[in-house]
Amino acid sequence: MCDQTFLVNVFGSCDKCFKQRALRPVFKKSQQLSYCSMCAEIMATDGLHENQTLASLKSEAESLKGKLEEERAKLHDVELHQVAERVEALGQFVMKTRRTLKGHGNKVLCMDWCKDKRRIVSSSQDGKVIVWDSFTTNKEHAVTMPCTWVMACAYAPSGCAIACGGLDNKCSVYPLTFDKNENMAAKKKSVAMHTNYLSACSFTNSDMQILTASGDGTCALWDVESGQLLQSFHGHGADVLCLDLAPSETGNTFVSGGCDKKAMVWDMRSGQCVQAFETHESDINSVRYYPSGDAFASGSDDATCRLYDLRADREVAIYSKESIIFGASSVDFSLSGRLLFAGYNDYTINVWDVLKGSRVSILFGHENRVSTLRVSPDGTAFCSGSWDHTLRVWA
Amino acid sequence: MAGVRAGAQMPHLSKMERVVVSMQDPDQGVKMRSQRLLITVIPHMVAGSDLVEWLIQKYCISEEEALHLGTLLVQHGYLYPLRDPRCLVLRPDDTPYRFQTPYFWTSTLWPATELDYAIYLAKKNIRKQGALVGHEKEHYGQLHRKINHAWDLVVMQAREQLRAAKQRRKGDRLVMACQEQTYWLVNRPPPGVPSVLEQGPERSSCTAGQAQMNKNIDFYKREMELCRKALGRARVKSSVCLEAYLKFSSQRELHDPIMSGCLPGNPWVTDDDTYWTMNAPSVAVPTKLRVERWGFSFQELLEDPVGRAHFMAFLGTEFSAENLSFWEACEELRHGGQAQVRVMVDAVYQQFLAPGAARWVNIDSRTMERTLEGLHQPHRYVLDDAQLHIYMLMKKDSYPRFLKSAAYKDLLAEAVIPPEAKKRVFPFMRKLPHSSPSPALLPAATSGEPAAAAGGPECGEGGA
Repeated sequence: MCDQTFLVNVFGSCDKCFKQRALRPVFKKSQQLSYCSMCAEIMATDGLHENQTLASLKSEAESLKGKLEEERAKLHDVELHQVAERVEALGQFVMKTRRTLKGHGNKVLCMDWCKDKRRIVSSSQDGKVIVWDSFTTNKEHAVTMPCTWVMACAYAPSGCAIACGGLDNKCSVYPLTFDKNENMAAKKKSVAMHTNYLSACSFTNSDMQILTASGDGTCALWDVESGQLLQSFHGHGADVLCLDLAPSETGNTFVSGGCDKKAMVWDMRSGQCVQAFETHESDINSVRYYPSGDAFASGSDDATCRLYDLRADREVAIYSKESIIFGASSVDFSLSGRLLFAGYNDYTINVWDVLKGSRVSILFGHENRVSTLRVSPDGTAFCSGSWDHTLRVWA
Repeated sequence: MAGVRAGAQMPHLSKMERVVVSMQDPDQGVKMRSQRLLITVIPHMVAGSDLVEWLIQKYCISEEEALHLGTLLVQHGYLYPLRDPRCLVLRPDDTPYRFQTPYFWTSTLWPATELDYAIYLAKKNIRKQGALVGHEKEHYGQLHRKINHAWDLVVMQAREQLRAAKQRRKGDRLVMACQEQTYWLVNRPPPGVPSVLEQGPERSSCTAGQAQMNKNIDFYKREMELCRKALGRARVKSSVCLEAYLKFSSQRELHDPIMSGCLPGNPWVTDDDTYWTMNAPSVAVPTKLRVERWGFSFQELLEDPVGRAHFMAFLGTEFSAENLSFWEACEELRHGGQAQVRVMVDAVYQQFLAPGAARWVNIDSRTMERTLEGLHQPHRYVLDDAQLHIYMLMKKDSYPRFLKSAAYKDLLAEAVIPPEAKKRVFPFMRKLPHSSPSPALLPAATSGEPAAAAGGPECGEGGA
C-alpha cells in the first residue's frame, strides 16, 4: 500500500534477455547490472526458489541429525556416574602453587611442556615467547614476535625448538640456541600460513611436522623444513580454537574444537572428518584426549566441560556446577585419567572426578582469567598460565 | 555491531543476570534492609555478609568460593557498595550493597562512547570542583582536547542532566549517582584494575557475517554427508565403553603421581629432582612401576626407550628383531621431512621388503602386493598397511611372549623401588633446586629424547 515509483534511469538493452526495455539497476554478487522489469522480477523469485531449496535442505539436515541422536541413544544403556558408583570416592585433595613464573609483561595466553618434564615455553599478548626451566624458575630463552596476541606455542619433541604464532596468521619455528652471539629471531622459520589468526599449534611425533588450527576455520598439517602444506582440514563452520593429537598406537587422528560449538575428529592422512560432536552451547576453547585415546574432554564458554567417547560415538559426561558461570578456557587430564583439571575465566581452576562427575576441588591463586593449562609429561604437576601475567606450577 | 557477536562471546553475563535476579527474589532472595546514610535512608540494601551467606546456601559452596563469586558480581557492576562507590570489592561484613539497575547492566553491552564518558565527567566536575580523581582528570583533559568541537554539547548535556536530577529526592539522586559511577568503573576501569569486559581477539566477526550468507547448499550437503556416515558407523554400547574407563583409571592409579604420590618424592614438592634422575629416559635400572607399565599395553612398552630396547633384545633371541626395526623405520618415514620421503621409502624397501633383502620382514602376500604397487608412487603413508601388519604381529604374538619370558620377569625382580625421602629436619634449610642441561644444548640424540638431568652447576638465583 505504498506508492511505488520506479526510477527509470536508462532505456536500453537488458543485460539478461537483451531486449530493448526500460532498465532498472540490480545487484548480483556486488556487481551492478541493468535488467528490464521482467528479468528483475524473475531474479527476485529465483532468490525465493533458492531460499526454498535452502530451507528444505536445512530441515532435511535437522531431521538427519535427529535420527543420528536416536541411533546414538539406542546403545546408551548406562550413565557414567552410575557405573562409577562402585568406585571409591577421592579423599581430601591438596594441591598448591609450587612455582610462580614471573617475567611476562602482559597476559599469558599459551604454554607447553618440554618432554624433559621441567622446561616450558609460554607466550603472551605483548608478543614475547619465553622458555623457562620452571623447576629453577630461570628463563632460558626469550624471543619477541613481530605481532601481538601470540595465542599458540608448542615445544618440539626433541626439546630443540619451539613453535608459536597468533595475530600474524602464521606459525613460526625457532630453533633454541645457547650461542650468545646468535639472535634467536634470525633463525626463525615461517612454516604455516593461514588467512586468519593462529589459535593452536602442535608438533606431531617429530620435529618435522606441525599441526595448526586457525580463526579461518581450518586446521592444517605442515612440513617444517619446506613449509609445504601436507594436508588441510575443512569442515568447521567458524573459527577453530583448539586441537589435540590422539595418543593412539596407530597415531593418525586428532580432535579440534571451534566457535561453531563442534568438536571434530579428523583423519590426518585423508583430511576427512571421521566423527563430529555438537552438544556444547557455546565456543569450545579447549580439547584434550583421555590418556587411553578412547575419549576426549572439551572445555567451553558455556561453563561446562564434557567427555565424549569415540567408540560409543556420544557425549558421556558433563562436568558443571551452578556456581560456575564463567567459561572453561583449558582442560587436561591427570596421568591416570581420573582427574580433569580445568582453568576458567573466573580466575579459578576446578578439579573434576572424571568418573563420578563431581568436583573434587577448586584452586584459587590467579588474579585474572586462566588462559592455558597443561599437565606435565610425567604427571607430577600441572602448569597454568593466566591473564595476570604469571604462570603457576601446581603439585 | 559490537552487540551480536560480543554478546555471544559472553554467556557468563546473562548467567550473572540470573543470579542477581534470584538474589532479589522476595521470598528466596537475600535479606533486604534499609540503610541510613548520613541523613538519608536508602531502601533495598543488602549486607556483604548476607550476600556471601546466600551464595553459600544456594550453591552449596564454601565461604571462599562464595566470596569469590560475589566479588566477581561486584566487579562486573551488578552490585555496588553504597558507602565507598569508588572501589568495586565485596566485603563479607555489614558493608551495604545495592543491586545495579538493569539499565546499566553490563550485559546490555552498550558501547560506552567517548561522548557519554565526557558528559559523565563533566557532570562530576560541575557538581563539585575537584571531584575528579587522578585518572579521571587525565581523561577529562584528553577528551576536552579530542572532542573539543562538541564540547558545548557536552557541557549542555551535563548541565541538563544535573538540573533534571535536582528535581528528584535526595535518596534517589544518591542512588542514581552511584549507579552511574559503577557503570563507568566497569567501562572505564582505573589504572591497575583489569577490565572485565576485555575478551581477547574477536572471533568470527565479519567473517561470520559472510559465513552466515554462505551457509548455503554446500554447507548443509556436507552436514548431511557427515550425518549419513555417522549413521552407518558401528557403535559400542555405553556400558562397555564406560567400564573401560574404570579399568584404565584403576590400573593407572598408582602410576599417577598426582593421585598417589611418587617415590622418593614429587620434585615440585620436595625441590629434589631424584625422581627424574631415577626415571630418566635411558636409565640403567628402571623402577618397578615403570617395568610394570610395560605390561599394560604394547604401546606403553614401545614408547619407553628402555622398554623398547629390552623388547628388541628379546626379539633378537627369537630372530624376529627385523620386525621392530621395520616398524621403527616406518615411523621415521611417517614423521620425517617431506624432502626425505622418497629416499626413506627406497631405503626401507631395500632393507626390509625387496626379495632377498638383508632384513626381510614376513608380511602376508596380499599386503606385500599392495605395498609393492604403492611404491611406484611413494608418499609418507605408503607403508602404512605393511607397518600395521607387522605391528599387530608383534602385539598379538611377540609381546605376550615377552611378558611371559624370563627376561621380563628378571627385569621386574631387579627393578628398583625408591625409598621415600626422609622428611627434612630443618624445614628452613631449603636446598636449591639443581639446574639441568637443556635438551637444546646436547648433541642430537638418536631417539630424540633429552638426556637425564646430570645436575649441572647449581643455579644461584631463581627467577623474576
